[in-house]
Amino acid sequence: MRQFSVAAAPIDLGGFRRSLADPSCGAYAQFEGWVRDHNEGQEVLRLEYEVYVPLAVKEGLRIIDEAVDRFGLTRAAAIHRSGLLELTDVAVVVGVSSPHRAAAFDACRYIIDQAKLRLPIWKKEHYASGAAEWVNCRHCAGVEHAHHS
Amino acid sequence: MGVTVRYFAAFREAAGLAEEAIETAAETPAALFAECANRHPALQRFTASLVAINDEMAGWESRLSDGDEVLFFPPVAGG
Repeated sequence: MRQFSVAAAPIDLGGFRRSLADPSCGAYAQFEGWVRDHNEGQEVLRLEYEVYVPLAVKEGLRIIDEAVDRFGLTRAAAIHRSGLLELTDVAVVVGVSSPHRAAAFDACRYIIDQAKLRLPIWKKEHYASGAAEWVNCRHCAGVEHAHHS
Repeated sequence: MGVTVRYFAAFREAAGLAEEAIETAAETPAALFAECANRHPALQRFTASLVAINDEMAGWESRLSDGDEVLFFPPVAGG
């Protein structure tokens, strides 16, 4: 079972975990990314994910496939939220099952790290000050012609 | 040649539109993005991090063809 999907509504974590159960596996590792109330010194009230779904799913599945091959997993899946999220909501969940724990820990880490780098997903933070900003874009200001690098 | 350009997240807000059809002589996404930043000066202060052509991730020096749909992605922030 290899799956990557984008969800516009809260994730059913129980169902997600059950879908990864396998009698050949002695280990299951799960990572959840949560909405946090602060970032870079600003108080965050809520956030918003924009996802380009066709490519996020395609590239997300590629990452899952890489992890299964590389770490010899039995099952692997991930779900990323889109839309408006409140504090402590689950923004992303990654789950992997494998015969032994070392591969499960490593694969879980690999999947979330690659997802952050490669998926066309953007996060807009809404602050207590009333302002809202796209994360990672504040630092773009003042950088010119740098997209060639 | 004619291409369709799509902007996402911060790029869409800076350009003021989600997509546009452009007649261009640009041969690569890098040259095309520079052209788009001239059309929409608010894009000039941004760094584009990823580009896709026809729903496949692509390189900045890939070759563009007539009819391509080019997607410009600002720095991503999933997770």
